[in-house]
Amino acid sequence: MSAKSPRAMSTGLFRRVLRKPLGVVSGVVLILIVGGSLAARWIAPYDPLAQDFSIVKQGPSAAHLLGTDSLGRDILSRLLFGGQESLGGVLVAVVTMLIIAIPLGILAGYVGGLADRIILRVVDVLLSIPGTIITLAVLAIFNNSMFVAMVSVGVLASGAFIRVFRSAALSVRQELYIGAARVAGLGRLRIMAAHVLPQIRGVLLVQVTLFSAATLGIQTGLAFLAFGPPPPAPTWGGMVAEAASLIQSSPWLLVPSGGIIAVTTLALCLLGDALRDANQERFTLAGLERGARPVRAGAGAVLVPDAATVPDADREEALAPNPDALLSVRGLTVGFGAPGRETTAIQRVDFDIRPGEVVGLVGESGSGKTVTALALLGLLAGNGRITGGSIRLAGEELVGMSNAELRTVRGARIAMISQEPMVSLDPSFRVGYQIGEAIRAHERVGRAETQRRTRELLASVRLDPAVADRYPHEISGGMAQRIAIAMALAGRPELLIADEPTTALDVTVQADILDLLRTLQEETGMAIILVSHDWGVVADLCSRAIVMYAGEVVERAAVSEIFAAPRHPYTAALLRSNPHGARPGEPLPTIGGAVPPPHEWPVGCHFAARCPLATEACRQAPIDMAHLPGHRSSRCIRIDALAAELSEVAS
Amino acid sequence: MVRLIVNRLLLSIVLVVISSIAIFFLMSLVPGDPARSILGAAATPDSIERLRQQLGLDQPLLAQYGSWLLGALRGDLGESVFTGDQVVTLILARVPVTASLILLSTLVIAALGTALGLLSAVRGGVLGKVLDVVSLVGLALPSYWVAILLVALVAVALRIFPATGYFAFADDPGRWLLGLILPVAALSLGGVTIVAKQMRDSAMDVLARDYIRVLRATGVRESSIVLKHVLRNSALPSLTVVGLTVVGSLTGAVFVENVFVLPGLGTLVTQATTSHDLPVVLGVGVFFTLFVIVVNLAIDLLYGVLNPKVRVS
Repeated sequence: MSAKSPRAMSTGLFRRVLRKPLGVVSGVVLILIVGGSLAARWIAPYDPLAQDFSIVKQGPSAAHLLGTDSLGRDILSRLLFGGQESLGGVLVAVVTMLIIAIPLGILAGYVGGLADRIILRVVDVLLSIPGTIITLAVLAIFNNSMFVAMVSVGVLASGAFIRVFRSAALSVRQELYIGAARVAGLGRLRIMAAHVLPQIRGVLLVQVTLFSAATLGIQTGLAFLAFGPPPPAPTWGGMVAEAASLIQSSPWLLVPSGGIIAVTTLALCLLGDALRDANQERFTLAGLERGARPVRAGAGAVLVPDAATVPDADREEALAPNPDALLSVRGLTVGFGAPGRETTAIQRVDFDIRPGEVVGLVGESGSGKTVTALALLGLLAGNGRITGGSIRLAGEELVGMSNAELRTVRGARIAMISQEPMVSLDPSFRVGYQIGEAIRAHERVGRAETQRRTRELLASVRLDPAVADRYPHEISGGMAQRIAIAMALAGRPELLIADEPTTALDVTVQADILDLLRTLQEETGMAIILVSHDWGVVADLCSRAIVMYAGEVVERAAVSEIFAAPRHPYTAALLRSNPHGARPGEPLPTIGGAVPPPHEWPVGCHFAARCPLATEACRQAPIDMAHLPGHRSSRCIRIDALAAELSEVAS
Repeated sequence: MVRLIVNRLLLSIVLVVISSIAIFFLMSLVPGDPARSILGAAATPDSIERLRQQLGLDQPLLAQYGSWLLGALRGDLGESVFTGDQVVTLILARVPVTASLILLSTLVIAALGTALGLLSAVRGGVLGKVLDVVSLVGLALPSYWVAILLVALVAVALRIFPATGYFAFADDPGRWLLGLILPVAALSLGGVTIVAKQMRDSAMDVLARDYIRVLRATGVRESSIVLKHVLRNSALPSLTVVGLTVVGSLTGAVFVENVFVLPGLGTLVTQATTSHDLPVVLGVGVFFTLFVIVVNLAIDLLYGVLNPKVRVS
């Protein structure tokens, strides 16, 4: 059997459920309850109708495990037989619902068009009919028949489930293999039956368990209201009603009758949850496997590095914090996960940013650039935290600051703009309001002053003040990024972290935004850390670059020097794969393999596995930063070999 | 926005007509003679014939529906087969009880559910786990069973609240509220947990969004992030769930009214069902349908208010 066949996927689903203790327990409990009800005739200790007035209303005993009721009937036996009625009713409703909802849901989702619209209208109607009343009307008309009542419950519920199956089928329709099947000439019905149905099986199982839980509530509720089979016959709901009438004299009766309903419902809900989790895992795992592939660096404006802007003195970076630097990061290490068992995401990160300096932070996806940027603001996601090192802002230590203290830093001293401008604005508020919020986060200013400064900020990012009244969905990506920049500038920060500020934008807009950043930097004199994987952008804006790979800084140097002579094999490879330097007609060199995830980091050099120059020594022990002439440094012990190779290529 | 309301109202009228047809034609599905099944096996041919005429069953189905609809439009839903009272009169007498019950429980569900969900999303940890357990129990325990337990424990054993019965708000607001505390508690438990769970899920989803990180990076106060941005954005999906639970509380009300012996629409329709009083059952059905439509309309309007994208388009 092929690993990709639907059947294999669904066995995968069951295997995943089996790994969930709650799912297993629920499944076993359900099997016991259903099995017990089915086998009631053989395993029930007493006749459910046999009365014995000498043992009326007794508590649990060896002879009667769950006690006896007001007529001396054995409660366990009545529960076992009663389950047939209750669970049978649930089965009727579920089957009815599925017979209606599966074909119509798949039809609406997969075929779409007119069929979809008609079905959705019918669903609207079904959903606005009060189900209880219809069910009660059915009971009134059909002479108390629980069977017909449960059929009507199934019919009424099908509306909601048509929607569920429709959206499941809709998402399957987008899948490539469905398109392939269509191209291969398979008929619609066959595609629906053979391909769509197995794919929505996960959703289907989840919905069936949850619907069963809800239906059991309705079925027992109706029986509680004395509908369905008349009194001597045992039903779960009827037993609750009996217990309710005797609540004063024998409260115990409420326990087994309500208990069996609660336990069954609980088991169904928990099983549903376990199935849902397992189903989601299936998709996330598939997604992760697809996601990993070598990344080609670079895309953007073509530029010749500018040799004039070489900064001085940063050889001390690896040692004490630099007192002259605006930002001095030393040994910064970040871990994700439970304390003591963290996965390290970045380690031993050292660098300095001088006032007014523009520095590029470069590397492939997964190299730790964004984690570094977020750590600077103390905004690591969820379970991430700084596990070591120091971040000094103008001499003041940020690591260990409380959230309240950090709030005086965020926006006011270090601001950030992020990669996706469209999602970095709250869709529910006008953009002007959000800029105003950023202003008021740092200063107590009145309404008029806030509006004046909002207009001023909009002008500084070259936007019409009228834009303030728009909602984020009414503006373009480039405008959104300008708004985000305006928000970042609201607190007059000394340092701006720009995390891939142009990646998500159109090429024409990219240049405008970079231009704007450059102008703003000149006007305000703030320092900028530009996180990017694009050498073109870095060369355009930055004087220095910090290259990161797999959670470590591997090279620091002036941008001009890096372009002229990289001193780390990773930097060299990254530059080679830059499309701007590619020669026409030759395939663009990519770096083979992928950035290893944190838990696969080797002891020695993190890049060794992908490095053509790696030797045994590279893999033996952690590599330290080597300080080179010209205020640059590299985490490599094969710098000489790299230099020799590069000069050979050049000559 | 105006167009949205008009569209919705038009759709609602269509829905009322369609669902009334659905309810009405359900009667025609009855195998054999409805009059016979209403009156039972002991009925004489004479009495069956009388009931047939009374129900208009001797006329064609379309004519039956036409006269019923005309009557319904004039506010005449027929007479109770059992007592001979006007169905509308019977229903109107009981609307305040059910309305009080559902209104209060909706308030409890929306307020408590939102607060608990938001709190557990922000604070997480223990409260989240407690909420998980309580919500499972809330889902698993049938509302009528919880109601019985509440009657047994609080009202009968502890004698804190009145166990059963209803006092009109106009007569005595204090006793009105006191008498409704237990029924509302029983009716709200499930809804509160469902809304709280939804609220927590969507609040956690919102908290992980980029714009929240941007707001934090801008130095905006955490309290204003949570109470303005998280609340506003997670209110949208939660609103849908509140709507569903309100509609669902109609079903719950039928059970809860029976346990607490409240003279509402739920007890009315249960009695009518037991005594095969079809006109009353259908009349309550029409009222419930109207209620569902009003709730859905209100939810749609609120959605428009909360979501700028809907408002503009």
